[in-house]
Formats: sequence, C-alpha cells, structure tokens
Amino acid sequence: MADVKRITDIEEDTQSGRFLTFNLDNEFYGIEIRYVTEIINMMPITTIPGLPEYIKGIINLRGKIIPLMDVRLRFNKPVLEYNDRTCVIVALIDNMDIGFIVDSVAEVLTIPDTDIVDPPDINKASNKFIKGIGKVGEEIKLLLDFECMINCEEEAIIAEKISNY
Amino acid sequence: MAVQNSGDSLLEMFIFETLQNTEQLEQIILDTEKEDGFSNNAINEIFRIMHTIKGSAAMMSYPEIASLAHKAEDLFYFIRENKDVKYSCSHVSDLILLCMDYINNEVSGIRENRDPNADESNRLIEELDNYLCKLKGASTDTTNSEKMLAHISYKAIFYFEYGCEMENIRAYSIIRDMREYAYDIVTVPENVLDNDETTNIIRKSGFLVYFTSDKAYSELQSLFMNMPFIRDIDLTLTDVDICLQAENENTTSGRVTVESESEKIKNEETLIKQDNHSSGQSIISINISKLDKLMNLVGEVVISESMVANNPDLKGLELQSFQKEALQLHKIIVEMQDLVMSMRLVPLTTTFQKTHRIVRDMSKKLGKEVNLELSGEDTEVDKSIIEHLSDPLMHLVRNCIDHGLESEEVRIALNKPAIGTITLEAYNSGSNVYILVHDDGRGLNKEKILEKARNNNILTKPESEMTDKEICSLIFLPGFSTNAEVSEFSGRGVGLDVVMQNITSIGGSVSVESTEGMGTTVTMKIPLTVAIIDGMNIKVGAKNFTIPITAIRESFKPENGSIFMDTEGNEMIMVRGECYAIMKLHKQWDIETEVTELSDGILIMVEQEEKRRCIFADCLLGQQQVVVKSMPDYIKRIKKVEGLSGCTLLGDGSISLILDPAWLINSEIKYGKGE
Repeated sequence: MADVKRITDIEEDTQSGRFLTFNLDNEFYGIEIRYVTEIINMMPITTIPGLPEYIKGIINLRGKIIPLMDVRLRFNKPVLEYNDRTCVIVALIDNMDIGFIVDSVAEVLTIPDTDIVDPPDINKASNKFIKGIGKVGEEIKLLLDFECMINCEEEAIIAEKISNY
Repeated sequence: MAVQNSGDSLLEMFIFETLQNTEQLEQIILDTEKEDGFSNNAINEIFRIMHTIKGSAAMMSYPEIASLAHKAEDLFYFIRENKDVKYSCSHVSDLILLCMDYINNEVSGIRENRDPNADESNRLIEELDNYLCKLKGASTDTTNSEKMLAHISYKAIFYFEYGCEMENIRAYSIIRDMREYAYDIVTVPENVLDNDETTNIIRKSGFLVYFTSDKAYSELQSLFMNMPFIRDIDLTLTDVDICLQAENENTTSGRVTVESESEKIKNEETLIKQDNHSSGQSIISINISKLDKLMNLVGEVVISESMVANNPDLKGLELQSFQKEALQLHKIIVEMQDLVMSMRLVPLTTTFQKTHRIVRDMSKKLGKEVNLELSGEDTEVDKSIIEHLSDPLMHLVRNCIDHGLESEEVRIALNKPAIGTITLEAYNSGSNVYILVHDDGRGLNKEKILEKARNNNILTKPESEMTDKEICSLIFLPGFSTNAEVSEFSGRGVGLDVVMQNITSIGGSVSVESTEGMGTTVTMKIPLTVAIIDGMNIKVGAKNFTIPITAIRESFKPENGSIFMDTEGNEMIMVRGECYAIMKLHKQWDIETEVTELSDGILIMVEQEEKRRCIFADCLLGQQQVVVKSMPDYIKRIKKVEGLSGCTLLGDGSISLILDPAWLINSEIKYGKGE
C-alpha cells in the first residue's frame, strides 16, 4: 500500500510545474497537465439549444458524452472557423469531463514556481481566469485557472439574463 | 489511505447492517402486533437485533445509538426473563418503533455527517427506563426469587459464523459486552484488536475466554447465543474456586444439566435456523454504481455492434458467413442486455411493506381501523425507480386514510363494512408497471373540487366541458386540498402534488378514478426502467431527436385542407374532428432546415396526461431501443435545458437528444413571424 502511495506521489511530482500550452491568436496559454486526459481532433458537435454561446454542444467520445467549451468565445474573442489544426483538450475537472476547443496545442513545458508571477490587478473583474503568468525564456504564457473557467458560469448567465431584460 | 478506506467500508457496512436490522425489527413488531402479543421467537429476535445494533454502534463509537439500543435490549431482556409479567404490547411496540425511527434517522445522519441528536436519545432512554421500572415494580416478587450466585469460573470458546469477516473485531465486541457481567477476563489469543493475525487463529480454533461471573450457566449460554455472528459456543464450568460454594453448586449444577438439555435443543433450533439462513444467502450486494457502469458498457456494446454490422464499408459486399456470425453476436448481446437489466430490477415488496407502518400509525392516531391489502408486491421495478416510489405511495395511503375512508359510524350507517380497506396492487403490462392505490371510502366530491378550483382560479376550461376524469385530476395540482383543516397528516395540499412530480420525473403518469360513495382508485403508470427506452428517432435539419414511443399516439402526413391559423398566426390542425396545436421543432429551437412547409414533413401526435399536441419534424428515422444517458453534469449545472430529458447514441455514433414529452405538450409554442 505504501508503495502505491509513493508511486502516486512521484506521479504527482512529475506532473507538478508542468503545463500543456496552446494558443489562441497570438497569445500562448498554459493549463496544468494534471487536468488533461487527452487531446483529440475536432468531432461533429451536437448543439443543445438554450445554452451560452461558448458552450458549443456535446460530442460522443467513445461512448462518453462530453460537453465542449470554445475557449475563444469564452474569452470574447472573434469566432474563427474550425480547421484541421483545431484541437479539443479533454480535461477532468471536478470529476466532470469537459472538452476545450483551442486553435492549436503547442507543447508540454516545465515552468518552475520561481518563473511564475501573479497577474497584475487591472480591475476587479478582469483576469479572473488567469492564475499566473509564466516566463519561458523570452516568451510569456498565460496560465489558466480551468476550475474558475467552468465555475464562473453563474455570473455569465446572470449577466446574460440582465441584458435580456 | 488504506486505513481510511477500510474505515469507510466498515462504516458503510455498519450503516447497511443497521438499516437492515431496523427494517427487520419493524417488520417483526408490525407482525406481532397483529397477533397481539410477542411470541418467544419474536422477543428473542428483537433482543438479538437490539444487541447487534448496540454492539456495532458501540464499536463504531456512536454512544447515543448504543445506549438507546442497550436500554431497549434491557426491556426485552426483562420481558423474556419474566414471562408472566403483564405488559402492554402496543405500548412496547410504540416505544420500539420510536427507537427504530431515531436509530434510522441517526444512521442516515451519519452519511450526511450530521451531529447526533443526544437529547432525543436521552428522552427515549428515559421513557424506556420509566416503562421498565413500571414493569419491574409490577413483578418484584419474581425478580426477588432470582438468587445472586457467587462468582463461578467459566471457560468459553466462541465459534463465529463462517465468512462473517473481521472476527477479531467481533471478538473484541464480545469481550466488551462481557465486561458488564464478567470479571477476570483472559482471552486466547490476546490483544485481538491490535493484531490482525488473530483473525486467522479465531477462525481456526475459536475464540477462547476464561472469566468469572455471578451469572448462572444457562443465563450465560443464552446471552452468548444471542450475540451476533456466533455460530456455536462451548461453555464449560471450570473449578469453582471457593469450596464454600460446593453446596450451592450442587443445587445449581443439577439445574444446569436439566437446563443445558433444553439449551441444547434450543441451540439446535438456532443452528437449523442459521443453516436455513445461510443457504438463502446466495445473494451478494453490489454497489449500484458498478451495475450502472456495467449497464453503460453493455449499452456501448449494443451500439458498437450495430456500428460494426451496419458499417458503410461493408455495403454491397456479399458476406454470408459474416452476417451469420454477426447475427449470433447480436443474439448474445441482446441476452446480455436483458440480464443486466434484470439485475437492476428489485421487487416492490419492501416499498409496499413500508406502508404497513404508515397505516398502523395513522389508524392509531385517527382512531380509524384500516385493513391494508397488498397484491402483486413481487412485481419487479428498476432500482432507480423504486426510490421515487416510496414517497408517492406514502402520500397516497395517507390521503386514503385521512380523506378517503369514513369513520366507523358513518360506514355502518352507509351499509359498508365497518373497517375500511385500502388495496395496493401492482402488475406488469408491456413495458410499464401499474401501481394502484384503492380505497373503499367516500370517493371524491366533484362539486367540492370544482368549487375549490374556482376559488383558486386554476380552472383552464369551462366547467361544463370538463369530464369526470379531468375534474378528478385537478386534485394533483399544487396547493390543492379540499380538506378544510390542516392536520398532522394531510391538508396542506402538498402531498398529491409530490406524487405527480415524483411520478412524472421518472417518466410515468398518474390518473385517478372515483365513484362517489364507492371509493377512489389512483393509478400510477410507471416505465419498467428509465435506462433503456423505446424511442422514435426523428430528424430536424441536421439534428436527431428521439421521442419516447410511449408518448406517441400516431404520426401522419398532414393534409393541406386540415391546417388553419388563428388570428395570431398560431397553426392548428383538425384531425378527426379534434383540433390540435402544432409545434414546429425547427422554429422552437432555431434549427436550420429545408423542410419548413407542413406538407413536406411529418406530424407526430404526442400525448401525455390526456393532453395532445402535434410536433412537426422533417422525417422519421425509425424506431429503436435507446440507452438513455443523462446530460453531462457540466451542462446540467449551467442551465437546466428545457425540453430535453437526456441524450442517446444512435447506431452511427451520432448523438440524438431525447425530447421530454411533458415539455412538448406544455411549453409555449414559438411562431416565427413573416411566413
């Protein structure tokens, strides 16, 4: 039993500080690798009426029904037609499988804690999805808080409802 | 991690065992109450159950439950030992049922991490104590005759039931129990708790205990036999340490031999009983989530089988042997699916039995005698559905007793049998289960219902046009109660609403029939399972939808002449003299499709609870058994998607959304303008 614990410890160790990076437009983003289950190509999406725009619908991933979120739309970026570089990052967050649609995935990087700084305060509402800013050489990676991305829905929906009135 | 895990499973086992025990106990009490008096067997059984609960609760350190069970055990111990004592059977039953409720409540509280309610337990203990004192006072002369015996040394070997697991912990709880009446306890092996190895030793050669006690041999023997999980014990007197007692001993040992004879017989009886018990135990309990997983997997197999067999790559090929094998595979899979489905099916027995308790409590409180008849309780229903049934049944039975059945005098005056009868009936028909709750009471008063409905402004139709059935169904609306006064049991108008909600949430329907003066029958129609449904797949634009076949009445191509519009542009259709509203799915959800003219597509008439509406779709794809999958949690969390009860996978791997018939019928219809 102790061995198992050690192994999981090691596994966690090898995963900490490692990020899967992807890009939207010219920015690079990173997500902690421990969330990621797999990366798949775009699949036919079944849309569901009455959901926020950035939730594109559901897909059938080998028998599992998985909802898809378009990260571009989540960040209020202009719509980009899906192409063959478009990827879906399937992540397990809060025991829910969720797919995130991104322009393309880049690579897996190790960013030590010392190279991560907090995002600057611009205003209260901004930057809520960004956990930190990682420096890799000359490049900047925005490290995302995926848990917040799926948990901050309520606000968005309330805002949407208010604007409807 | 491992430690915590085993602790969890221990706790889970405790909860499971205790709930099972309380259920059993409740059954015994309700049974004995009918016979008016506890039989010896029943007392022993109750005693044993209380003892088990006490032991395991103490082991899991729930002192409130343990001490309460202990008190109850004391009471029954007293009743058992003093056979001639007069006690009020119904009062004892009441007390024990209260205790059961408390324990049940506490145990389910453990799951939710609720804090134990010590006050309530103390109150119950006090009540039990009072009653016990009263009994004791009544029979002081009998207790006095019991002589205090001096300390006698014993040697006892305990053998546990095969496969009862955790022998060392069981042994420990025995020792802890014994401390109450035994001294100088020495056990072989020692330190049972600290050393897991002891489990094997105990399993092999039994658990050996030396002790002294002032209790008589027979008393100990019966005490031990009533301990949980004991298969057999070997209790022997060792040397009596003080010679002075030799005389005393002579008289007692004489008694011991006689009594041990009868003990032996009793032991044999218990052994036989236990044998019966173990032979019936070819049942194992499986975590429901595992079953769900298996079921999902089988669902996947069904889908991928049809994907393989109907693979487009195979089109046009002459594949005789492949077809043959594929057919064989199909057969096996269908069989497998049936088997998995049947694994989830549970008989309604326990759900029905629970109503006994409600009937008992209510008939006592209201002073109405009620005869409860059950039939078809062995009808099997999916586990997930059973959970939704106990509440509705409870409300319906309560309603029957409170509103339905008249008081005895009224009944006699009306030439009815003095005791009212409530009948619960269940039967299978097609892929549905029907559950009927019938009473022979006064029936529904239509005038009163209409009046109430008028006052509450919930009438949707002119009164004169309403059929009897429609009037009766009004009682299922929220906030509807014809009872003027709110009583402990009913009158708030919530009950029947709950029934309706619970039943519709599992895809069933409720209807009520009533003849004034003759009684009321509520019929619940429930699908056998929610996991697999017969569905009609339809197409709208590029999207697939599935409508449960049970909700579909017919589908047809509309004739042009029969369609008309009202002043606001709402489209309607006249079919065989009846007029129905048309809902166009593509308009409702803004789906792009080429089929917009009614004459190009198809109309599907759906029906639920007597209401009908026509749904317009591009075309029908065909009927199919589909495995219902719930919407992903994430989507459910964001927003409750209206109109969709789930989704399913079609043979080609694409997703089809399952339409909720209730929504199809009741939602507001959107009409696009400018057409």
